[in-house]
Amino acid sequence: MFRRIEPAPAAGTLVFDGRSIAFQAGDSVATALIAAGVERFRDHPRDAAPRAPYCMMGVCFECLVEIDGRQNQQACLIPARDGMVVHVQTGARQIPERGHDR
Amino acid sequence: MTTGRQHDLIVVGGGLIGSAIAWGAARTGADVALLDEGDVAHRAARGNFGLVWLQGKGVGAPAYMHWSLRAGHLWRDFAQALVDETGIDIGWSQPGGLQFCFSETELDARRRVAAATRADGGDIEIEILDRAALLERVPAIGPQVVGASYSLLDSHVSPLYLLRALQQGLQTRGGTYFPTARVSALRAEPGGFAADTARGVVRGRRIVIAAGLGAAALAPQLGLSMPVRPERGQIIVTERVKPFFSYVGSGVRQTAEGSFLIGSSHEEAGFSEETDVTTAATLCAAAVRAFPQIADVNVVRQWGSLRVMTPDGKPIYEESQRHPGAFAATCHSGVTLCSAHAFVLGPAIATGTLPDAVACFRSDRFDVQAH
Repeated sequence: MFRRIEPAPAAGTLVFDGRSIAFQAGDSVATALIAAGVERFRDHPRDAAPRAPYCMMGVCFECLVEIDGRQNQQACLIPARDGMVVHVQTGARQIPERGHDR
Repeated sequence: MTTGRQHDLIVVGGGLIGSAIAWGAARTGADVALLDEGDVAHRAARGNFGLVWLQGKGVGAPAYMHWSLRAGHLWRDFAQALVDETGIDIGWSQPGGLQFCFSETELDARRRVAAATRADGGDIEIEILDRAALLERVPAIGPQVVGASYSLLDSHVSPLYLLRALQQGLQTRGGTYFPTARVSALRAEPGGFAADTARGVVRGRRIVIAAGLGAAALAPQLGLSMPVRPERGQIIVTERVKPFFSYVGSGVRQTAEGSFLIGSSHEEAGFSEETDVTTAATLCAAAVRAFPQIADVNVVRQWGSLRVMTPDGKPIYEESQRHPGAFAATCHSGVTLCSAHAFVLGPAIATGTLPDAVACFRSDRFDVQAH
């Protein structure tokens, strides 16, 4: 769907749902993913519809993914790093429900 | 836009109060014109928390308590009628409200509120829950919460969908909604009233001013008095997390989609709708005391909005003595009282009267008493 204006050598590799994705220097996680053809970043909490980045500048929260075990991360604001483990964000973020255990 | 047509009722102000009155009047068959300044207006309806909150409302002011409780008991039928007529899901649900207490002193204060409500004959059950009883209802509460007061009558709603449904419902009932029709002047004419708007003159046999903070300048033009001032409230919205708190909290609630709403402050800031980090931190700290597990949940939005405050915080409803047929309606609880405005106040104003229940909310209570 997208192609790069200025292709450059790979600067590292992240893993998205088990698939290795090479990224360029300066890529955000979102940039790396859409350049690799990823179209489904998350499933919406309300109707499970697939979603992908819209604004690419931190405003719309459409690009949420799980990064290194942390849910609801804005892929467009986070620089890609070598060895990152990224997953589709499924529904709303889950946090521990019991407040008095912490 | 100017036409010769005289409406039965002009409603000045397209916020929650004006829109509720307009829909309620139109449902009785009146030909209603709703004049709305538009999205540039200081609009409390677009900034509020969405609570229908009854427990403790009007303690020490029985007329206000009873009017509010009447609204509370009308909410179920009101919400149903609005959804039936418009097909818009306004997101109303009534899980009951909890006001969390962080000390025995605070819990005692809630006990006094419950007792005072009973003493004034308030038609509401306010239950005091100790920590064990609260944990049974809400396992998620933090260790600092010692208890809560609980009322089944409290509920919540999406204020944005509520406003949209009222305005659509008005039009379904044959009323006319005028957007971007800021009113610059009002005057009495033989047989009715005229409003000069940004889109021309609109005429009506009767008129009600429900223009929020804009009412202060408009009311005197028809012999009414609405001395309202802004009080800013800031609200925080978080990212969506899997729902675990289904009740309505006094300062924190979770929407069906999972966002937490945290609010709200009470600030004297003139007409500024700005936000600040210090207030955000204070609001979030209070929410985290109730639910420590949301401490690292991300904030996605914060806004400021202006409450419409009268000198004593209670509503103003009155008819002009100089110009009968001209009415005033304002309050800071446009959501909670919405049902009564639509089902009681609107139909009454359509016939040129005020309900007996609101007779004590005239603005002359603010006049200096001569002895």
